Amino acid sequence: MMTNPTGRLTQGQFSFLPDLTDAEIALQIEYGLKKGYAWAVEYTDDPHPRNTYWEMFGMPMFDLNDAAGVMLELKSCRSTFPQHYIRLVAFDSTRGVETIAMSFIVNRPPVEPGFGLVRQETNGRTMRYTIRGYEAERAEGERYRK
Amino acid sequence: MYNIPGSVTTPASGASPDKAGEGAEQADGVRTARTVAEVMAQSQAGDVLDELDRELVGLAPVKARIRDIAALLVIDRLRMNQGLQAQTPSLHMSFTGNPGTGKTTVALRMAQILHRLGYIRKGHLVAVTRDDLVGQYVGHTAPKTREVLKKAMGGVLFIDEAYYLYRPDNERDYGQEAIEILLQVMENSRDDLVVILAGYGDRMETFFQSNPGMRSRIAHHLEFPDFVEGELLRIAEMMLEQQNYRFGPGARETFQEYIAHRIRQPQFANARSVRNALDRARLRQASRLFANPDKELTVDDLSTIESPDIRASRVFDLGAAATPNN
Repeated sequence: MMTNPTGRLTQGQFSFLPDLTDAEIALQIEYGLKKGYAWAVEYTDDPHPRNTYWEMFGMPMFDLNDAAGVMLELKSCRSTFPQHYIRLVAFDSTRGVETIAMSFIVNRPPVEPGFGLVRQETNGRTMRYTIRGYEAERAEGERYRK
Repeated sequence: MYNIPGSVTTPASGASPDKAGEGAEQADGVRTARTVAEVMAQSQAGDVLDELDRELVGLAPVKARIRDIAALLVIDRLRMNQGLQAQTPSLHMSFTGNPGTGKTTVALRMAQILHRLGYIRKGHLVAVTRDDLVGQYVGHTAPKTREVLKKAMGGVLFIDEAYYLYRPDNERDYGQEAIEILLQVMENSRDDLVVILAGYGDRMETFFQSNPGMRSRIAHHLEFPDFVEGELLRIAEMMLEQQNYRFGPGARETFQEYIAHRIRQPQFANARSVRNALDRARLRQASRLFANPDKELTVDDLSTIESPDIRASRVFDLGAAATPNN
C-alpha cells in the first residue's frame, strides 16, 4: 500500500482528516470569503496527482457575501455527481498572487482503490516508474461505480 | 465543530435551538438572554428602530409592521434560549407604493434590522431589476438568476419594479423562468435570504394575480402611503440639514407653498420630487452668489437657501395657472 497509505485520496487541505461536515465546510468558505477569495466547485473522476485542472461545476463565484451561496452550488454538484471527487477551490485575485489559495476535497466516491505503480524496464537495468489509477482503466463516467 | 481563528460567530447562526444557544454563550461570554430588554441590548436592534422613527418621516403603517416583525424575532430568540421550538418565520416582503415613498430606503433599513436581530447573517442589500435576473437567450436566465441569488445569500435581495419580471403578452418570455427559480429558492433557503419585491401598487396587484405562488410565499405585504404636505416639508428640512443647508427667513413658507402647488401637478414623486426641487434651489442659490464676484461670503451666505431661490421655480407659474406655457 505504498501509493495509498490512508486508503483515501490525499490531495489539498484537510485530506488526512476525517471528512469535513457541511457546517465545517461552511466555516472554511466563510474564512475564504472574509479574505476576499472567489470560490469555485470542481469535480473529476480521474484524480491522478498530475491532473491539476479538474472540471469546473458552473461559474466561479465572485462577489459573494455568505457561504450559503457556495453551499447551494456544492449541493447541486453533489446531486449531479454523487460518485465523483468534488473539491472547493478559492481563488485569490490579489495582484501578484492571482492563484488558488485554498483547495480541499468535499466529496469522495464510496470506495477509493488508489493508484498502482507500473514498472518499466528500459536500457540496461534502468527502471522507469509511472503511477496509474486503478479506476482510470475504465471509461470516463463509468469509474467508481460498484 | 471547531472555530476558525478570526471568524466571528454570530448569535443564532445555526437553525437548531441548542446550537444557537451555544453560539450566543461563546460569542458574548454572558448568560443567555431571558428578557426582551436583554435581547434588544445584545442585538442593538432598538437603536435601528429608533433611528427608523427619527429619520423616516411618516410611513406609520410601515413602521408599525416593522416593529411587529422585530418583536416576533426577539420573542423567537427568547424561545430558543429557553429551548422551545422556534420555527424561522418567512420574512419575504412586498413593498407597494407610489414613486418616492421610501421603498428602497426602508429596504436598506430592513436589512440592518434583520441583521441585528440575527435573522440574516450578513445584512447587505442586493438591489436588482429585471435586467439582472432575466437572460437574453435560452439557457441564459437560470445561471444569471442563480448568480444574483447567491450574491444575495446572507442578506436581502431587493427586486425593484418586480412586475416587469412577468410579461403576459409574451408567453415565451424568460421572465417566467426567473420567477420559478426565485420561488424555489425563496421556499428552500428561507433562512439564507430575504426577498423584497417592490413596485407601484396597481401593477404589483396584477403581477400577484398572475403569479399566485408568489403571493402566497410572501408573508408581508407592506403598503407605503403617500406623504402629506407637512411630512414633505419635514423631509425637505431633514434633507437640507444633512447637506448643511438651511432655509432663510421666509423660505420655509415659500417651500410649503411650493409643495402645495407641486403636489397637485402630474408626475409628482413624493420625496423624490422634494429632493429634486431642493437640488434646483441649490443651483439657483449658487448662481445668485456667483453673480456677486466681489462679495465676501460667510458661512451663513453659503448655507442659506433664500425665499427667491425657491420662488423662481416654474411650478409657481403653473400653479397660478395664469400662463400655463411659461
